[in-house]
Parts: sequence; C-alpha cells; structure tokens
Amino acid sequence: MMEKTPVRTDVIIVGAGPVGLFAVFELGLLNLKCHLIDILDRPGGQCTELFPQKPIYDIPGIPNCTGQELTDRLLEQGKPFNPVFHCSEMVTQLEKNSDDHWQVTTDYGTLLEAPVVVIAAGGGSFMPKKPPIKDIEDYEGTSVFYAVRDMDQFRGKNILIAGGGDSALDWVNNLQSVAKNIGLVHRRKVFRAAPDSVNKFISMTDEGKAKFHLGQIAALHGNNGQLEGVTLKCEDGEIFQDCDILLPFFGLTMKLGPIADFGLNLHENLIPVDTARFETSQKGIFAIGDINHYPGKLKLILSGFHEAALMSHAAFPYIKPDEKLRFQYTTSSSNLQNALGINKK
Amino acid sequence: MRIFITDRENKEHELVAEEGRRMMEIIRDAGLPVKAECGGCCACATCHVYVLEDWFTKLTEADEEELDMLDMAFDVRDQSRLSCQIIMSDALDGFKATLAPDYD
Ligand SMILES: Cc1cc2nc3c(=O)[nH]c(=O)nc-3n(C[C@H](O)[C@H](O)[C@H](O)COP(=O)(O)OP(=O)(O)OC[C@H]3O[C@@H](n4cnc5c(N)ncnc54)[C@H](O)[C@@H]3O)c2cc1C
Ligand code: FES
Repeated sequence: MMEKTPVRTDVIIVGAGPVGLFAVFELGLLNLKCHLIDILDRPGGQCTELFPQKPIYDIPGIPNCTGQELTDRLLEQGKPFNPVFHCSEMVTQLEKNSDDHWQVTTDYGTLLEAPVVVIAAGGGSFMPKKPPIKDIEDYEGTSVFYAVRDMDQFRGKNILIAGGGDSALDWVNNLQSVAKNIGLVHRRKVFRAAPDSVNKFISMTDEGKAKFHLGQIAALHGNNGQLEGVTLKCEDGEIFQDCDILLPFFGLTMKLGPIADFGLNLHENLIPVDTARFETSQKGIFAIGDINHYPGKLKLILSGFHEAALMSHAAFPYIKPDEKLRFQYTTSSSNLQNALGINKK
Repeated sequence: MRIFITDRENKEHELVAEEGRRMMEIIRDAGLPVKAECGGCCACATCHVYVLEDWFTKLTEADEEELDMLDMAFDVRDQSRLSCQIIMSDALDGFKATLAPDYD
C-alpha cells in the first residue's frame, strides 16, 4: 500500500465549536494557518447542535445573540484567514512523526501534520446515541449501524430504520432504492423532519415501497452478530419483524471519544493545562475551551476566547522559531489590518 | 417541598425541591444519573422520566417542542416527560417519578 503524504499546516484544531473558531482568528492574527476537524457536519459545536435558536446573554459586547448567530459571526471573523474545515470527520489518532511534528488521522482517512495541535473538543465528540436495548452491542458493526457511509453495504438487505427525525427519514428515502425491503419504526405518526422528506416517505408507504411501523423496538433477535429480526412494541401488543439491518437514529450525545487515547494526562475526562500557555502534558499540544481544566475554570465561551488568545502566543515559537512575536492591537496595527483585508478596498 | 425519584436500580430517593426550579436540576444536583446534556434547553432528551400515574395529570401538558424531543428518548411511554420541562410548584409536593433508561 502506498504511504499517504500528510497535508502540512501550521496548526490543527480538533473541534470547530465556538472556541476552536475563535482560535482561527487569534492564530490568524499571528499569521498562522489552521485546519479544523469536527465530527459534526457543520461548525458551531454545542452552540449549533444544542441551542442554535436560544439566546446567549454573556458574550462580552454582544448583549444578545443565538447560538447560530454567534457561530455565523465567528465564521465571518475568521474568514480572512481561510481556515480549512474537515467536517463529518472524527480525529481518531494523534501521534508524533519522524519530523517531530504532530500527525493527526481521521476516521475518514484524512492525514494532517503540524508543529502544533489545539484540542478544542468541548464536551467531546458528538456521537450517535446508542439505544439501551439488550445485547445491541453484539450486533454493532455487523447488523446495527448508527451512520451510513457506504450505501452499497446495504444493497439487497432487509432494513429497519428507527426514529422520527431528519436522519431517519432521509435514510429511509435514500436507501429504499438499494434495499430489498425497508421499514421505519417510530413511536408516533408525527415526524420532526423536513416536510419534503415526510411527504416523500408517506407516498412511498402508499405505493408499498416502504413500511411504517407505529411502535418502538423492544428486543433484538439473531445469532453471532447477525440480526434476524426485532420485537416491536406496538399499540396492540408485541410483534416480530424480520430484518437483517437496523439503523437507529435517536440524535447525538457527547462522548470524550478517541481523545482518551492520545496519551495526554486526563483529570475526570478533562485535560489539565497551565493558565499561562494552555499547554497539555505534551509539548506542542494545547487544550482550550470546555475540554480543559485548571483551578478556577469556568465552562463559558468567554473563558475559551481568552484561552485562545494566550494559547496562540504560546504556540507561535513552535511554528516560527526564528521570528520574533510582537504584541499588536488590531485597532492600530497596519500589519494586522492588512491581514484582515481591511486596507485592501 | 419534596419529590420522590426512583433510580434505575429501583431505589427511591427523597429530594428537597424549591419552587420555580426545573425538576431536572433537582434530580441532577442531588447526584442522580441524569446527563441533562443540554442543561434544560429541551434539546437532548437525556432527562427523561416516567411520572407516576396520578401525578401525570397534575402537570401542565407537554408542549410541541417537548413532544418532538421525546422522539429522541428511548422506550417512551404514556407517562413520559422531560424533567427539565417540569417547573416545580407547591402543587407538586410529594411528586413521584422514575428515571427512564439511559443511552450509552
Ligand atoms: C444549553 C446550553 C446553554 C449554554 N449557554 C451558555 C451561555 O449562555 N454562555 C456561555 O458562555 N456558555 C454557554 N454554554 C456553554 C458553551 O456552549 C460551551 O462553553 C462552549 O460550547 C464550549 O465551546 P468549545 O468550542 O470548547 O466546545 P464545543 O462547543 O463542545 O465544541 C467542541 C467540538 O469538538 C468536536 N469534537 C470533539 N472531539 C472530536 C474528535 N475527536 N474529532 C472531531 N471532532 C471532535 C465536537 O463534535 C464539538 O463539535 C451553554 C451550553 C449549553 C449546553
Ligand atoms: S436536559 Fe436536555 S432535554 Fe431536558
């Protein structure tokens, strides 16, 4: 197999929540380029995943903005520095390579290399919720999947999808053409999904191309990881439903994930750092935002912003060892303003 | 006032509750295992409880947002509620509920 050459950059940021996004700006002011990786399909972390439409009142100077608005503004602020986003990818490995640089690998096969890695992983990776059905783990990866990466894998299968949101409906609609049979099990007749997908699903059931089961999954049946069917708890009792593939879509939950195996010191699932540099137990690896821990830590967005600024200055010498870092204000520095594209008009 | 919460090992806990707080906060602050990941924003369904029958009818009805979010909970029953959407009031003195199963 051919060795893949990693893409080189100045800083790799693990997590594109508000703090990772602001780090792009602070590093950008120091003329450092960033790549960001997030398992979510869009930037914003908790702000866009958990409270996109809810107001935040404690961002300095912004009396009121929603999680989505804050994310949009952070993206706009970082835009002059052209950050590269790798969304829907999870960082699975962090190791030192032969150049003494850090190398990051994602579950999607992306390979990046940089002198500095910033872990801005917040409450951890947003990962699919695994329903607490007895023995479900015996079937994971063979018959039970929480995401679809390759539709072909499900060709000719008897597929059952569980849930009533966008993911559940989208996948019923998309997998219908490859499946032998496809069904959706949901606890009520109301779907919390885009009207278009709901209509498409309803017409598919009318045409007999997909089946709707009103109920919930109560038990799994099969052997050696191969599912043969499920027990559905429906209004008038339990029924057995054939299926060899089950795709549960019940939303996401935050889990520390692979960060636990990066070889960093951890304290109750948080990464201890010093409060001058926000560096971890490994040189060149920094941790900012909700994921870090130090005496007096407050899990607030504004704390993460402060940490991003100090981290950037501490990280600079690793990337530009021969350059002297000058402290400048955006208000008065023409260098910084040029970098921000302000004098270019 | 007091509420009685049965945990997943079937042990009942008597908790002191204050008017105006979310029931989820009382359960979480007592150290019982509700993740309450979204902090009460009705965005995670990890504060799911089964309300004891008689008490269910005493609650103000769940709004559409809560019903939608219950879709993300597991083993939803007729007495299911998201405890972050229940605001404590005197009328709930003696309230009883059980923690619903948790996601991994
Ligand atoms: C309901 C609610 C209300 C809140 N209100 C406020 C408020 O009013 N004011 C305030 O200051 N704070 C508030 N917070 C807290 C605030 O949301 C967090 O402090 C903030 O989101 C932390 O930002 P972060 O960038 O550190 O992490 P996060 O926002 O958690 O983002 C981290 C990102 O990293 C990703 N990630 C983690 N590990 C990996 C990996 N291995 N590979 C790929 N991606 C990974 C995650 O998927 C996630 O997207 C609130 C939080 C909640 C839940
Ligand atoms: S705490 Fe998240 S829905 Fe109740």
